[in-house]
Amino acid sequence: MSTVTNSGRALPRAGRALPWALVTPALGWTLLFFVLPFIAMGFSSLTAHDGGGFTLANYSQFFTDPSYWRAMVNSLQVTAIVTVVSVLLAYPFAWILAEQVPERWQRLALMLAVLPFWTSYVVRSYSWLLVLAQNGVINRTLTGLGLVGEPLQLANTRFATVTGFVHFFVMLLTLTIFANLKQLSPSYRKAAADLGAGPVRTFLHVVLPLTLPGIMVGAFLTFVLCIGDYITPQILGGNNELLMPQLVMMQIGRRGDFPLASALSIILMAVVTVAYLACARWLKIERA
Amino acid sequence: MSAQTTNPLSILKRHLRTACAATALLLAAGSAQAADLNALIWCDHADPALLQPFEEANGVKVNVKEFEGTGAGLAIVEQSQPGDWDVMVIDSIDVPRGVEKGLFEPLPEDKLPLADLFPQVKMDGSTVVGGKRYGITEKFGYNTIGFNKTKVDPADMQSLAALTSDKYKGKIAIYDYYLPVIGMAALAIGKKTAELTEADLPAIKAELLKMKANAKLVGEVTASQTALATGEVDILVGGGEWVTAGLAKENPALDFSIPKEGAVLWSQSLTMFKDSKNKDMALKFIQYIMSPEGQARLATSSCYWGMPSNTKAALTDDQKKTLRFDEQPDFLARAQSYPAPNADLDKKMQDVWTEMLQAQ
Repeated sequence: MSTVTNSGRALPRAGRALPWALVTPALGWTLLFFVLPFIAMGFSSLTAHDGGGFTLANYSQFFTDPSYWRAMVNSLQVTAIVTVVSVLLAYPFAWILAEQVPERWQRLALMLAVLPFWTSYVVRSYSWLLVLAQNGVINRTLTGLGLVGEPLQLANTRFATVTGFVHFFVMLLTLTIFANLKQLSPSYRKAAADLGAGPVRTFLHVVLPLTLPGIMVGAFLTFVLCIGDYITPQILGGNNELLMPQLVMMQIGRRGDFPLASALSIILMAVVTVAYLACARWLKIERA
Repeated sequence: MSAQTTNPLSILKRHLRTACAATALLLAAGSAQAADLNALIWCDHADPALLQPFEEANGVKVNVKEFEGTGAGLAIVEQSQPGDWDVMVIDSIDVPRGVEKGLFEPLPEDKLPLADLFPQVKMDGSTVVGGKRYGITEKFGYNTIGFNKTKVDPADMQSLAALTSDKYKGKIAIYDYYLPVIGMAALAIGKKTAELTEADLPAIKAELLKMKANAKLVGEVTASQTALATGEVDILVGGGEWVTAGLAKENPALDFSIPKEGAVLWSQSLTMFKDSKNKDMALKFIQYIMSPEGQARLATSSCYWGMPSNTKAALTDDQKKTLRFDEQPDFLARAQSYPAPNADLDKKMQDVWTEMLQAQ
């Protein structure tokens, strides 16, 4: 069997080996640091904490205990809210940067937009806790202006968790959507204008559909990173509800129940895989 | 450029000398590492003010790794090579878990100041297994009610009933660790913490849910400490001197009580690894931590304060006052033991805690 190039000529033996040689480090890396640990986690999830044999008890605990699957419902709700709000905020932000800011200022504007990335994730979360606290900036402003009589409960709520997440993911989405908008040829808009479309119609029927793949990729990244994040809900949510990563960590802390933690992690990973397949399928349909 | 430097043989010799020097340095560094002491610790042992005097006196470097929770700590050990670790700080009630796994070395009682320890914190039921001592209690304290005395009526803090009363609704934080807070819930309903069984869990859960209904947050150490310090809440369920003492200088209004129903006694122990390659130094480290000077430094660690288990700890008068050192005999008499469930009950307790956290 021979490998055939695009021009239809068969590669010599050395030429055939080269692509494999180039891809081997990446394959090795993936095998060592993803596939093997994943298999180990799969095996672990099917064992009992006390060292017994094969069991499905770890999975059945998740599906039969309401407080466990409630964590998944919470995670999906928070992730959906964060993804939608982040996209709604990031798109106009990216559009203004790409279309309204003069070319020579765009680099500086982008740098300012992602400035919060330069601070530690943990520090940023604790900063939000102080901002949203009872004596924080927001509550002091609201009570100072007489808009509310008593400070609002903002910190240690789902609202605080969503705020912390959105602050982070708006930056990420702005970057992906900005790149998408910049790649869009001005010819499309000119053609639409030539055909009599106004700015709103051009945006709705030309620009937006053409940038949807960028939005989808950014939204998927937001979904994956958000649903697996432990720090933000732990610091900002006040443990008034548990999300999946918190439930996973809880199994490890004192009891060291790695089998149950593994099962919960695999369930979380299955949800992410479903989201990926849905996203990939949508992108495939779009391309077709 | 001189002839000598351009001579290939001279260049080779010089490079060889450099290589030999580098190898010698590496070997020296390697042997120095072998003499290091590797300790699995809680954050209070990472304070340079605690470690430096020992390092300087013994010419040794103490490498520390922090962990949270016994399960996580034991997992680190299992993922390490035998001999990687020399000493470990562990919840006193969990010493038997390490002994069961064959990790710990018996400690020589005659070389430790056991006679100087508060009798109630020796915890022989946990630190002595099969007649051999595997752990020594180094620090203890209470999971009880921490509060801001300018915001609440201190008289109310003398009863656990205040935690579920409408008077303090929305003013409470709960420390996010299920064992001590379950212990406090048990005390609130008149149960002894040492005698808890599965049959007690429904009543404990009901009490926890009442506490949760009054609480603004359930937070780990930093979050709950911050909430109390910043005025986000006025009461911390599960708090004690470990929260208030370290903040006393900046916020003298913070205090703790031992309510009439009692408080939960927490304690941490030092253990030595069976496979340690540096047992002499490990013992010296344990002896240092248990010495009056080491005990004072550990008790007032920048991470969190706590009571030294050695009655002869070299605390200053101010430190004793902040820790309420002189009141310890009375506090200890009223405190109850930390819940020490078996694996099955432990799991059920954690599930009750999960249900409480998820309750709306």
